[in-house]
Amino acid sequence: MSGIPHDHYEPKSGGAKWLHSRLPIVGLVYDTIMIPTPKNLNWMWIWGIVLTFCLALQIITGIVLAMHYTPHVDNAFASVEHIMRNVNGGYMLRYLHANGASLFFIAVYAHIFRGLYYGSYKAPREITWIIGMIIYLLMMGTAFMGYVLPWGQMSFWGATVITGLFGAIPFIGDSIQTLLLGGPAVDNATLNRFFSLHYLFPFLIAGLVIVHIWAFHSTGNNNPTGVEVRRTSKADAEKDTVPFWPYFVIKDLFALAIILTVFFAVVGFMPNYLGHPDNYIEANPLATPAHIVPEWYFLPFYAILRAFTAEVWVVQIASFVTGGIIDAKFFGVLAMFGAIAVMALAPWLDTSSVRSGRYRPSFKWWFALLVIDFFALMWLGAMPAEEPYATFSLIASAYWFAYFLVILPLLGVLEKPLPQPATIEEDFAEHYGKSSQTPAE
Amino acid sequence: MFKKLALSAVTALALSTTGAMAAGGAGHVEDFAFSYEGPFGSYDQEQLRRGLKVYTEVCAACHGLKFVPLRTLGDKSGLGYSDDEVRAYAENFEVYDEELEDTRPAKPVDHFPANDAAGAPDLSLMAKARAGFHGPYGTGISQLVNGMGGAEYIASLLTGYTGNEKTEAGTTLYENTAFPGGWISMAPPLSDELVEFDDGHANDLHHLSADVSAFLMWTAEPKMMERQHAGFVAVLILTILSVLLYLTNKKIWRPIKSGVNS
Repeated sequence: MSGIPHDHYEPKSGGAKWLHSRLPIVGLVYDTIMIPTPKNLNWMWIWGIVLTFCLALQIITGIVLAMHYTPHVDNAFASVEHIMRNVNGGYMLRYLHANGASLFFIAVYAHIFRGLYYGSYKAPREITWIIGMIIYLLMMGTAFMGYVLPWGQMSFWGATVITGLFGAIPFIGDSIQTLLLGGPAVDNATLNRFFSLHYLFPFLIAGLVIVHIWAFHSTGNNNPTGVEVRRTSKADAEKDTVPFWPYFVIKDLFALAIILTVFFAVVGFMPNYLGHPDNYIEANPLATPAHIVPEWYFLPFYAILRAFTAEVWVVQIASFVTGGIIDAKFFGVLAMFGAIAVMALAPWLDTSSVRSGRYRPSFKWWFALLVIDFFALMWLGAMPAEEPYATFSLIASAYWFAYFLVILPLLGVLEKPLPQPATIEEDFAEHYGKSSQTPAE
Repeated sequence: MFKKLALSAVTALALSTTGAMAAGGAGHVEDFAFSYEGPFGSYDQEQLRRGLKVYTEVCAACHGLKFVPLRTLGDKSGLGYSDDEVRAYAENFEVYDEELEDTRPAKPVDHFPANDAAGAPDLSLMAKARAGFHGPYGTGISQLVNGMGGAEYIASLLTGYTGNEKTEAGTTLYENTAFPGGWISMAPPLSDELVEFDDGHANDLHHLSADVSAFLMWTAEPKMMERQHAGFVAVLILTILSVLLYLTNKKIWRPIKSGVNS
């Protein structure tokens, strides 16, 4: 499977040969697990296993929760309380599932920003990157629909606001919104289709995860230097790599165990910290909450959505040029999806021939600013839509677009990169002390 | 750079979560010290029983607890009443039985009755549906330190009446220092010595409010003790697992890092 030269599975016993000539499944597992992996991967390469764990956790807890949940507007809220009070271990299942979504997004954001810093999106890994972005979009859809299911106040009003965004699309918006809702407003039909899709999407994600892993197993992992593994011979490749099992499996599991320690402390001792109190009030179409706020992982993009109001000159120009088809509301929707689209287009917007941010002296600072910008947007998304937050949101949104559309293309031309190590082996040896007899730790 | 990022990821959670509530113009919430707070806290059974008495004699007149099964009053981690005591308590309430097509005294299998006669909200989940602590600046850090503060909010509301009232559109509103906006339509429900306890426990307004708030935390989160126990066991096991994996990782990488293999 991999382009990096390495040993393949050889069936030894008669039974193994019989199976291998008919279905080489053992070989597939062997090649996947024993894939040559750059030995200099740092601790930012552990998020893949955390994400895989999260997907499994969400699917397993979710399947059991679905056995006890009732997708009907009259019973949904009460059935969640039934899970919390009557189902054996139900309170743990539900809190694991709810907080599992947060862990999932912490991991995916760390994973994405790692890719952005080390240039993991660059050739030949564009497909891996694009599939990752599709997984991320599906995750957002799944999380949003899952949040509607308990049928609390934030569930109901969040669904009303978010489906309303699609209504802002000119000409076809109303039809799309009606299709999403199954009627003119959020009601039982909405809850039923969201439940159905919330159950479906994780399996689409699981399928895409397999393609995601397949893609980067063909190109090989990126690594902190961005320098490719030597493929000139098996001996050369072995100087740059170690097999995934056991070296990275154990390392990743160690990281996962640390993360899960924190995760279970949150689930055990403060499971509602990341939630919103209003969602413990049953949905009421007649009472709008004072502030409708999405879950934390949507806040950066929610801030971008709200930043582009009718007073902003870009919005006014867009409205003027299109004869009012693009109004402030639709512009906000375009900006929100555009913010993810520009990220997905990073492989073609980044003109630098150097892959890793480690050897790009100015890029480092622009990237650090992007990370700060992301957290600033997250904070602004939770603030009320008033001054000074509106202006801050606009500045922060502008930087997000400027980073991808202006800074990445220009830096490749203007920046003078630092020298890169010739091989991964050289980088690894330098890090752990070239000829020392003792480990560098 | 990524070490800094990892740190800021933690901050980000705190930053982002509960921001909107900070903007709500919330009233003043006193930080009551409840026995269940913190990872090793647990419900004070006597306090929950006193709280149930306050609820039954005062709050139940207007507020329901429709999500709470009466049998859970027998839960050992909560009020811990015996089967007979639960059965006797249940008979305080009349419920409508669809098979009898008539009302009958409630049994332990029934829930506390719903009560929306006065338009008062159900209290089953109230302690989780309100946050007492906010900010600063929408960061949610105070909740990380003090907890969500739902029960504190309820207790502060019950003790927060100033005695001023006004009439607006035919409704009497009462000034309250904890209620967002400052004016609430619920008349002061509790007062000093309104409820008497058999053991002569202190029954001033402050104590009654704390007791019923602790009880409402229990109705909202009856499995808190079990959850904290599960969390504690999980953290313990995962800590041991982390140490073992750390040592395994160090051992298998040693030859690679010292250059034996390369």
